[in-house]
Amino acid sequence: DPLTLHSSAKAEGRSDLIASIKLRHCCLLRNQRCVTAYLYDRLLRIRALRWEYGSVLPANVRFHMCAEEVQWFSQYKKSLASFMRSLGGGEGLDITQDMKPPKSLYIEVRCLKDHGEFEIDDGTVILLKKNSQHFLPRWKCEQLIRQGVLEHVMS
Amino acid sequence: MDTQSYLPVQPGVGMQENFLSLDDILLSHERLPIRTECAFPRLGYLEKATDAQDIPQGTKMELPLWLSKGLYERKRRVLSVELPKVYREGWRTVFNADPNVVDLHKMGPYYYGLGSQMLHFDSPENPEIAQTLLQTFIGRFRRNMDSSQNAYNEDTSALASCQ
Repeated sequence: DPLTLHSSAKAEGRSDLIASIKLRHCCLLRNQRCVTAYLYDRLLRIRALRWEYGSVLPANVRFHMCAEEVQWFSQYKKSLASFMRSLGGGEGLDITQDMKPPKSLYIEVRCLKDHGEFEIDDGTVILLKKNSQHFLPRWKCEQLIRQGVLEHVMS
Repeated sequence: MDTQSYLPVQPGVGMQENFLSLDDILLSHERLPIRTECAFPRLGYLEKATDAQDIPQGTKMELPLWLSKGLYERKRRVLSVELPKVYREGWRTVFNADPNVVDLHKMGPYYYGLGSQMLHFDSPENPEIAQTLLQTFIGRFRRNMDSSQNAYNEDTSALASCQ
């Protein structure tokens, strides 16, 4: 390791090597900085995924994550969920919905791809088939809109 | 990602770099003209101009900012850093006369960032450099702000309002 090399260089009277040792040490620190910044930036993007895609990551995204990152994501999910549960006097509040103040409670949506059955709160089941249109509660649709399954139809 | 959920680490302010900022890492990749004030044994392969095994004292070469900062010591025992042209007196006079005429992107894309980092190298011209950086920014600020708010054929009054 460069630091013991440095002190043994001094001890043995090879102080002429110190400048070179220092230079190589700078290079090692630089590599460490680049790698750390890269990994940290990945974490910031993974964190943003929770807000973008919801709590279930699409398979093609998970494919590009290493095991530790998947684990980090699941722990972040848990922290966020317990935080949201604690809001509103213990009643809980889903802050990942309604990122912008909504203009109406129900919206008209068109289905962009087959997504199968979708249950809304009163128990009715809607079949989301490509090109079908539905009038649904906004908050139920938000995540599917972000994922590209539904499209908000504005007439 | 163009959403507001991804917040990358911002670059540092003034003379400070943020360790994890990708912008600061790119900035510190810029090369600076330096002169070695001591020899660097066995590192001759870094200096492509000669075939020597060592880098002798007094060699003029270019090193990236991160390496220059790492090696630099106050008493200049290791290396001395030359000011890039843009921060020298000639260009400073141009900037002080009219900061708006210069193509800052052509002058190396990190004019302010690199200029702030140059202050680490104890040049006697540091106060003048710092002053020019600040005055250039102030001089160009108004036009930049104006352009940014009028770039699109859209109503941007919401940006400027205080709500």
